[in-house]
Amino acid sequence: MLKLAFIAFLRSEGESGGLLNVVPGLIFWTVITFILLLLILKKIAWKPILNSLHEREKFIIDSLEKASNAQKEAEKLLEENNSNLAKAEEEAQKIIAQGREYSEKLKQQILHESKVESMKMIQQAKLEIERKNQESFVKLKEQVAELAIGAAEKILKENLDKEKQKELVDKYLKELN
Amino acid sequence: MNVDTVQSIQDTAKVAASKTQDTSWLMHHIMDSHELDFEPFFSIPLPHLSLFGFDISITKHVVFMWLAAIILIVIFKMVSNQYKKSLVPRGISTFVETIIVFVRDEIVKPTIGKGYERFLPYLLTVFFFILTCNFLGLLPYGSTATSNISVTVTLAVISFLVIQIGGMMKNGVIGYFKGLVPHGVPGWLLPIMAIVEVLGLFTKPFALAIRLFANMTAGHIVILALLGLIFIIHTYFVAPVSIAFALFIYLLEILVALLQAYIFTMLSSLFIGMAVHQEH
Repeated sequence: MLKLAFIAFLRSEGESGGLLNVVPGLIFWTVITFILLLLILKKIAWKPILNSLHEREKFIIDSLEKASNAQKEAEKLLEENNSNLAKAEEEAQKIIAQGREYSEKLKQQILHESKVESMKMIQQAKLEIERKNQESFVKLKEQVAELAIGAAEKILKENLDKEKQKELVDKYLKELN
Repeated sequence: MNVDTVQSIQDTAKVAASKTQDTSWLMHHIMDSHELDFEPFFSIPLPHLSLFGFDISITKHVVFMWLAAIILIVIFKMVSNQYKKSLVPRGISTFVETIIVFVRDEIVKPTIGKGYERFLPYLLTVFFFILTCNFLGLLPYGSTATSNISVTVTLAVISFLVIQIGGMMKNGVIGYFKGLVPHGVPGWLLPIMAIVEVLGLFTKPFALAIRLFANMTAGHIVILALLGLIFIIHTYFVAPVSIAFALFIYLLEILVALLQAYIFTMLSSLFIGMAVHQEH
């Protein structure tokens, strides 16, 4: 009974049929309106709007990708730079160390050489002195011998009197002094 | 006690059934008519037309469908013009774009999946058309075209055609009907399953039509009934309560207007997805 009442309510005659009456005229107009709206909107709205949306999304994705690529590139460059810098630093350290080592070696060598040289020079000087001594000694000996011979000569020349002889010896002795 | 209750219900029903003309004032606000009513000022009569014996008069609901169509065309023309100027949305485009992107990303993409672009214009149009019609019904002197079963049945039939044609274009006519019956069904069940599946094809749009129609009608009837209480009971004391409840239902109707547009689009999209990708 309730169901009947409900159906009666729905079918109650208004101005153009009940609530559940399907009217052909309205169907006709709905189809026409909807299809036209669909075609018009498809042409003036959906195509351009969806295209722009798609374009924008693509642009954003591209930009993000580009940015991320650029960042990666920059990171790579930074890393490379850092490694280069480290390498250069190492190189410099090596060069400095080498230089130091070399200079140390050089110093040692120079010191050693100079020592040897000086020793040699001292040795030479000593030899020279020895030689000069020897030389002067020989010269002295010769002079003494000459003197002695001279003296002997003069003595031989003037051995007439004793007096004179004595005088002569004294004189020569004086001369000697 | 029990018999009494049944008796009283039957009496009430009888009274209700016999006094059907009492609801005419209420039905007047919900149903289609041949004039645009601007009570209490004036009313504009609409032309009666006929084609091949069919009555194709321009009625109130036709006028409001056209109004919705015009509003949509104007708004979307503005939006697409704006997009021609720059890709960055401004003004009304930001609002409309949000809804378009919502329909595309939350409704159509997940339900249809691959190849969704082909159905996007139809589903967007359905969504915005139903939404605008629903909202037009909430304006003063407005009328809800979507609360007319003829309109919802037509929209559902169009959806039905899009679903079937979409499925047939993807899978081929024979492949589509073969794919209706799920795989792995025992041979003796096939005749029953075929009948059930074919019935299912028709119940889906039927449910779409009834759901939209009933939801859009119910809210209006409840509001009118609540306000009608004031005149039926003949007292002012019920007015604040009636108005408060009517206002509440009105706010609820804003939600329902959005929700029904969403549900109609969502289910159409879902059925298209099921018809196109039958393997799921």
